[in-house]
Amino acid sequence: MAGATFLTRTRGRNGPDWTDWLSYTYLFVGLFTMFAPILWLVMSSFKTESAISQFPPSFLPYSQKSVQVAGHEKPLPLFMTKTEQGQMREMAQVRRIGIMATMVDPANPADEIRVNINDRKPINELKFAGNNYTDLFGKFRFGTYLWNSVFITVVATLLTLLINSMAAFALSKYQFRGQKAVFFLIIATLMIPPTIILVPVFLVINSVGLLNSLWGVILPAIATPTGVFLLRQYMLTIPDELLEAARMDHASEWRIYWKIILPLSAPALAVLAIFSVMWRWNDFLLPLIVLSKSEFFTLQLALNSFQGELNTQWHYLLAMTVITLIPITLVFAFLQKYITTGIASAGVK
Amino acid sequence: MATLELDKIVKTFDRTTILHGIDLKVEDGEFVVFVGPSGCGKSTLLRSIAGLDSPTSGEIRIDGQNVNAISAAHRGCAMVFQSYALYPHMSVYDNMAFGLENMGMAPAQVQAKVGAAATLLRLGELLQRKPTQLSGGQRQRVAIGRAIVREPKLFLFDEPLSNLDAELRVSMRAEIRDLHARLKATMVYVTHDQVEAMTMADKIVVLRAGRVEQVGAPLELYNRPMNTFVAGFIGSPRMNFLPIALVPPGAGATLVPPGTHTIGLRPEHALIGTDGPIVMRVASVEQLGSTSLLHGSVGSDTPFEMVCNGQTTIAGGDTVRLALPREHLHCFDKDGQRLPA
Repeated sequence: MAGATFLTRTRGRNGPDWTDWLSYTYLFVGLFTMFAPILWLVMSSFKTESAISQFPPSFLPYSQKSVQVAGHEKPLPLFMTKTEQGQMREMAQVRRIGIMATMVDPANPADEIRVNINDRKPINELKFAGNNYTDLFGKFRFGTYLWNSVFITVVATLLTLLINSMAAFALSKYQFRGQKAVFFLIIATLMIPPTIILVPVFLVINSVGLLNSLWGVILPAIATPTGVFLLRQYMLTIPDELLEAARMDHASEWRIYWKIILPLSAPALAVLAIFSVMWRWNDFLLPLIVLSKSEFFTLQLALNSFQGELNTQWHYLLAMTVITLIPITLVFAFLQKYITTGIASAGVK
Repeated sequence: MATLELDKIVKTFDRTTILHGIDLKVEDGEFVVFVGPSGCGKSTLLRSIAGLDSPTSGEIRIDGQNVNAISAAHRGCAMVFQSYALYPHMSVYDNMAFGLENMGMAPAQVQAKVGAAATLLRLGELLQRKPTQLSGGQRQRVAIGRAIVREPKLFLFDEPLSNLDAELRVSMRAEIRDLHARLKATMVYVTHDQVEAMTMADKIVVLRAGRVEQVGAPLELYNRPMNTFVAGFIGSPRMNFLPIALVPPGAGATLVPPGTHTIGLRPEHALIGTDGPIVMRVASVEQLGSTSLLHGSVGSDTPFEMVCNGQTTIAGGDTVRLALPREHLHCFDKDGQRLPA
């Protein structure tokens, strides 16, 4: 109810104002341009291989009906066929040679006729091809790719939170010589595009022997200037008196960090966790250069490998793309509250 | 249970000197109040004792042991902050237990100690609440509870009552006094409010601009202020100061010692007498029922206030003659220092 009243609010008191038309049009255009491709992707991921290549394309996943006919091993595709008498009949195709097709009546397998292929139309039905998804698990070591992706994302995110919050704690709560310089140095690395340092990163990973290891993807990514900056700015708002009170309470600096600073930075940590999950999950370039054996592939690399030189298995590619979208969607759905509160509280206090 | 000694404490920030060599001795079980206007260095001094700041030079001794090199965590002091500094993400219980857990105390013992402190401070019902769900007075009691569970050698209070409303302040004042009587611990209390200082202290330390102006029991400071600053700071309404020139020559010579530059007289000691040497023009009168407060001026525009017992018929615009009772006069030289009578 509350959602409905929220969504149908207008500026004009008696019916919609012209600004309402304008803003709703704008919102719907935005919704359409952003959401339609994803919807198309999801729909297409349920199409059979042949339905994907069908022209003109259909939005819903239609596929041709087929029927089991006695005397034939495989199910035969059904067509609406025009017979010589000019009748329309539902018939199954036995074989096709050139422009002539041999059709059979499913109810009466002995009755075969030959028709021109222009005289028949395929009978389509709405059918969601769930085996696009189920096949993935059997065929492509999908479980391995998923595990690799999840492992990299979870471990890298946890380490990112740990390392960045420690750096931010030191930079926001301790006075030491060179504090500003260190902070600016960290921020300055934001100006270097990742592609520029790709080769040096590769060389380092290679020389420490982390090629074809998941840690080779995790370790270079855990220290992020964005994360340090975000957390430091938030930690500056935590009153120093709390730390002093903790010191009077016999707390070691580690306990102050662990029991006071970390819990109080939860909103900022949540924001960083969301970013980190997105970065690591969607990361392509670093895994591409570090992981070359298929048993270490992440989902993103596996997606890439579906796109072969001669042949692309679109139905699997699309299904897998949908699967890779799911975690990010879930993260956003459940943690969006923290994103807004994190940003709001960082700004207000 | 501890003594505290400060020996020539100097604190310098950048190039500004905040404390100019503070010497002080606090006896075991004493309630000492540091009082002074804002910026006098009283909080800095307290933080130095706590170990949150370190003095530039000088020595701090607790129980005779030099603690300059000992960190705040290991000095055995407990501090109540002006903002209370309660951990907002922890319950009242966890706030009080945090220090004990840090010391590695067994959970059963922690529970017993927190329970005892909660009973003492009437916090039993609130143990599972978060600090944001408490009123100002309750937060204050939690902050005190957090300090007392650890049974520290030394309690430090940094303006703990300044965030409370006037009524609550009076009752908390009594509670802290009461607590001191029960725990018999050494307490150091910082305030800018001289009423708090007068009502709570065994010993008051008046600070100004990083220097100790006077140390003594409340009434000692009230009756024998060592200089015009202490005289003006302690007591409400504050002491009147009259330049000696305003006192008629004949009367002045018999009243004051030679070298007197300013004489001080507390408002309640001024007497209305028909042949008094001082003429006061009354500007306004505050009738408080039991007493009356007269505001006015002497001479050209030296402000003067006096308190009469009971109710008065004097009104604004009247002129009264004041007698200066010899035994209540405070005489100060031209540097503002007290002259012996």
